[in-house]
Amino acid sequence: MNLLRFYGDHAREAFGLLGQHLVLVGASTFLAVLIGVPLGVLLTRRPAWRGPVLGLANVFQTIPSLALFGFLIPLPFLGGIGARTAIVALVVYALLPIVRNTYVGISGVDPAVREAGRGMGMTDGQLLTMVEIPLGLGVIFAGVRVATVVGVGTATIAAAIGAGGLGVYIFRGVSTVDDTLILAGALPAAILALIADGLLGLIERRLAR
Amino acid sequence: MTPVLEVRDLSYRLPGAGDRHLVTALSFSVAPGETLVLLGRSGSGKTTTLKLINRLLEPTRGEVRLQGEATATLEPYRLRRRIGYVIQEIGLFPHFTVAQNVGLVPRLEGWPPDRIAGRVRELLALVGLDPDEFAERSPRALSGGQRQRVGVARALAADPALLLLDEPFGALDPITRVELQREFRALEGRLGKGMVFVTHDVREGLLLGTRLGLMHEGRLAFLGTAEEFRRSNDPQVKQFMEAA
Repeated sequence: MNLLRFYGDHAREAFGLLGQHLVLVGASTFLAVLIGVPLGVLLTRRPAWRGPVLGLANVFQTIPSLALFGFLIPLPFLGGIGARTAIVALVVYALLPIVRNTYVGISGVDPAVREAGRGMGMTDGQLLTMVEIPLGLGVIFAGVRVATVVGVGTATIAAAIGAGGLGVYIFRGVSTVDDTLILAGALPAAILALIADGLLGLIERRLAR
Repeated sequence: MTPVLEVRDLSYRLPGAGDRHLVTALSFSVAPGETLVLLGRSGSGKTTTLKLINRLLEPTRGEVRLQGEATATLEPYRLRRRIGYVIQEIGLFPHFTVAQNVGLVPRLEGWPPDRIAGRVRELLALVGLDPDEFAERSPRALSGGQRQRVGVARALAADPALLLLDEPFGALDPITRVELQREFRALEGRLGKGMVFVTHDVREGLLLGTRLGLMHEGRLAFLGTAEEFRRSNDPQVKQFMEAA
C-alpha cells in the first residue's frame, strides 16, 4: 500500500528512472550485439582466436559488477561518472553470452549443409548470410536474451556511479533504511527482467529452426 | 571432342603432420555422357579426389581441367557453380523449401525468378517428384529417397557439364537404393553429362559406370570398362569382385 502511495506521489520521477533503466539496457545490449555477433562469426573463421577471446570475455564476466564500474571510473574517454561508463560496463558484461552463442550457433550448423553450400559455389559471405546465420539465429538470439536479462539486473548497480536507473531507489532506500523505497526500485526491475525474458524467449522460439 | 574433365598427375598431401599422401599421381579423363565410377574401400582417397576436382581441397601437385580450362585459374566458387555436387548426407538447407533448394545455384547466378521457377519444376519432374506436390515442402517433410532426389535435382539446376556424386545412395534403405539406381541409370543416358561417381558398392559401380576406376591407398589400381573390370586378373579387383 505504501508502495502504491509512493508511486502516486512520485510518478514522474519513477517513470524517469524506468526510462533511464531501459536506455541503459537497450543501448548496451544493442552495442554488445553490434560488437559481439561479428566477433563470434570471426571466431568461427579463426579457431585459434577462440580460446583467448572467450577467455577474456569470461574474465570480464567474472569481475564483480560493482568492481568493474569502479575500475572504469578513472579511465579516460570510457570512464568517469555517469551513464556512459555504465553503458561501457554493461556492454562488457553482455559480450560473453552474445559472442559465445554466436560462435556456438554457427559452429552447430550441420557440416553436411555447410559442405553442400560450399560445394555448390556459395562464397563465404553467402554461406554466412544465407545459411549459417539463419540456421544459428535461435542460438544467437538466446545469447541476446541472456545478455538482456543480466543487463536489467546489473543496470540497477549503475546507480552507484551516477548513471541513474531503478537502482537509484534501491541505493537510496538502503542508505535511509526505507523498505518502501527499496521495493520501489527492486520490484519494477524484477518485473522488467521477467518481461524481457518472456518476450525475448517468445521471439527466440520463433527463430529456432 | 574435348573431355569434360581431365585429371593429370593429381596428388594431395595432407598439410602439416608428416608426409601422408592421400592421393598420388592420379590421371584420368571423363567424356561427355560418360560416368566414371571410382570404387575403393573407405580411406582409399575417393572422396578426396572429388574434393580436389571442385577445389574444396587444393591439389599439392598436378592439374585438373574442366572443359579444357585449368581449374586452378578459376575462382573456386565460380568453378563449383559449373560442377554439380551430390553428397551422401545430401545437405539440403533445412530452412529453404524444396524449390529454394533446387533453385539455389541459379539464384546465386542471378537468373530471373520466373526462369528459376520454370527450371525447378522441370528438374523436380525429371527426378520423379511432382512439382505441385513437392515444390513448397520443407526438406524435413521428405523421406530419405525423396531428399536424395532433391539433392540430384539441385546439383543439376544450373545445367553443369560435370556432376560429382559421393556415395549418393549410400544412406538409403536397400529397396529405395535399387529404385534410385535404376532411375539414375536411365537419367545418365538422357543427360549426356560427364560424371564421377564414388561408391564402395561394386554392383552399383558395375550398373552405373561406363568405366570403373579402383582406388587403393590413394592410387588408381585399375581403370577400365565394366567388362574389363569383371575379367581383370588384378588381385585388388578380384578381391573386390569376390565381395560383390
